[in-house]
Amino acid sequence: MAEPLLSVRGLRTHFETPEGTIRAVDDLDFDVFEGRTLGVVGESGCGKSVAARSVLGIVEKPGRVVGGRILLRTHAGDTLDLAALPQDSAAYRAIRGPEIALVFQEPMASFSQYYTIGNQITEAIRLHLRLSRSAARARAIELLDMVGVPQPSRRIDEYPFQLSGGLRQRVMIAMALACDPRILIADEPTTALDVTTQAQILDLLRELQAKRGLAIILITHDMGVIAEMAHDVAVMYLGRAVETGPVADIFAAPAHPYTRALLRSIPTVLAKPRTHLPTIAGSIPMPSARPAGCAFSPRCSEVLGDVCRQTEPPAIGEGARSVRCFLHGGAP
Amino acid sequence: MNADVILDVRGLRKFFPIRKGLLRRVVGNVRAVDRVSFFIRRGETLALVGESGCGKTTVSRCILRALTPTEGSVLFHHDGQTVDLAKLRRRALRPLRRHMQMVFQDPYASLNPRMVVGDIIGEPLLINGMRDRTERRARVQELMELVHLPASVMNRFPHAFSGGQRQRIGIARALALNPSLVVADEPVSALDVSVQAQILNLMLDLQDRLGLTYLFVAHDLSVVKHVSNRVAVMYVGRIVEVAETETLYASPLHPYTEALLSAAPAPVPGAVSSRIILEREIADPANPPPGCAFHPRCRYATARCREETPELAEIAPGRHVACLRAAELSLRGIGKAPAA
Repeated sequence: MAEPLLSVRGLRTHFETPEGTIRAVDDLDFDVFEGRTLGVVGESGCGKSVAARSVLGIVEKPGRVVGGRILLRTHAGDTLDLAALPQDSAAYRAIRGPEIALVFQEPMASFSQYYTIGNQITEAIRLHLRLSRSAARARAIELLDMVGVPQPSRRIDEYPFQLSGGLRQRVMIAMALACDPRILIADEPTTALDVTTQAQILDLLRELQAKRGLAIILITHDMGVIAEMAHDVAVMYLGRAVETGPVADIFAAPAHPYTRALLRSIPTVLAKPRTHLPTIAGSIPMPSARPAGCAFSPRCSEVLGDVCRQTEPPAIGEGARSVRCFLHGGAP
Repeated sequence: MNADVILDVRGLRKFFPIRKGLLRRVVGNVRAVDRVSFFIRRGETLALVGESGCGKTTVSRCILRALTPTEGSVLFHHDGQTVDLAKLRRRALRPLRRHMQMVFQDPYASLNPRMVVGDIIGEPLLINGMRDRTERRARVQELMELVHLPASVMNRFPHAFSGGQRQRIGIARALALNPSLVVADEPVSALDVSVQAQILNLMLDLQDRLGLTYLFVAHDLSVVKHVSNRVAVMYVGRIVEVAETETLYASPLHPYTEALLSAAPAPVPGAVSSRIILEREIADPANPPPGCAFHPRCRYATARCREETPELAEIAPGRHVACLRAAELSLRGIGKAPAA
């Protein structure tokens, strides 16, 4: 496989709180390739959004990237370690937008209500590309058209509240693509949308990827969306990727007990009506009360004994596949 | 009508007036619910499905009389008597309320953060006259056991609980007065997958044990498949199709149901290819298109669909659909058809 555009190694993002250190992301590895989608999946508190924010350098206080490397291959061909850049530096600002852009979950909350969408898109364009007002406007209309906003030259002067949820998400994507980034991070981009609208947006993302060779990091809790969109998958649980691999392998032969249990517990339209679902015992611990050893061990049905409860399993793997579980070796 | 029907909704309408100008004159109506009819049998789960703004929540609120319907009747059969909930005065409703309870979507917003769990679950008992503290405590314990919460957490506040545990508290509170009908509005959509399964299983178990009847309001077709006996699909204020769950999924009769089923992402890689993508947006209930409200997005629409509004009609036993072309179309479903 080609060289990754983005390579994250041993990423640690911690939050210092009065109650102690919360290790929101702890020793996370993943790679992102041109023209491919990495699906990052996990339940609440698994650190998937914090991981995305760490890559973009927008971790909120008291959070901080405290370790690891975020290696980005830029347009210019250099390799930069983003983890070493201060979040508020000019160098990082030059990354956000032209190199890596973000699409948020809630399109209503991510726009200013007081400016037209045209205002907000052209602001981003003019900031980074130094175009004239009219050239930026023309570019914005072109972008809106590209993401399938009907009548873009009229819509550009509307305010966010005048648009439906699906259209707002399209505008959000247009804005993210304004500076021609190579990597797009989409954090639950369709969670707030209805299924039929979700289908439209997922289709749009796939189409843009095919046209522009975008690398997409898709963050979601929905295994259905992962199955549909991702080429590669990282399954996260309490701050770590417990399993990574190509999507077909993860679904056909999940190796980590958490992945297995998660896949079994998803309701599907293919089920027989009124059947019980297999469940995962217990609930997700608070991030401040992270269990020792393998964080999944208290809920795991295949726990091996004290080794799981005391030692953090290392990543074991060959090629693109990797798993953190003593069932697959690595026991001390 | 069948003797085993517990709730019979007929021609239900709920309009919200749109007011404009200095005099707040009514210039139009949002037809949130427009001539909705369905029934629920005792002990079954009817799922009311649709996308945001389709009116499913308004229907459930009209049934519980959190909203007063504009028109139509909601016949509730209880203790051999039939009452029309839509027409009762507030005071006359009160003694009936204990028989119909609600489980809410957001377990973070629906529990009073200043009350301990025992008081939250016990409050309906107190309000309905169970004044004795020990008696109440015993019943609360029983209810907590029913939803698999340890009695030891009775004196803790909601913030100490996870989303799944909070939803258990909400269910225990809803069951406190032995209701016969439980309206659950998106009860698992705010929960994580691994917890969602626990709550769905619990709801199925409780139904079997207590003979509950559920009206399950949801947007997620995979969740609905797991809990319901029958499904009613809504689009812009109207019911477009009702059928037994297995039948509806395997062979939908309304083009909207077909599109909804095909849009639901299945956890199977590479299964997308044959998806129907609906063009455009959901119609505005304040200004619905003439004829069938779905026609601007329907790939089977003809000139007739733009003019005539289809009524919900039973075209086969147990199969109701509101589509002018239902008899001639052959639509695609999901999974196998039920054995005949």
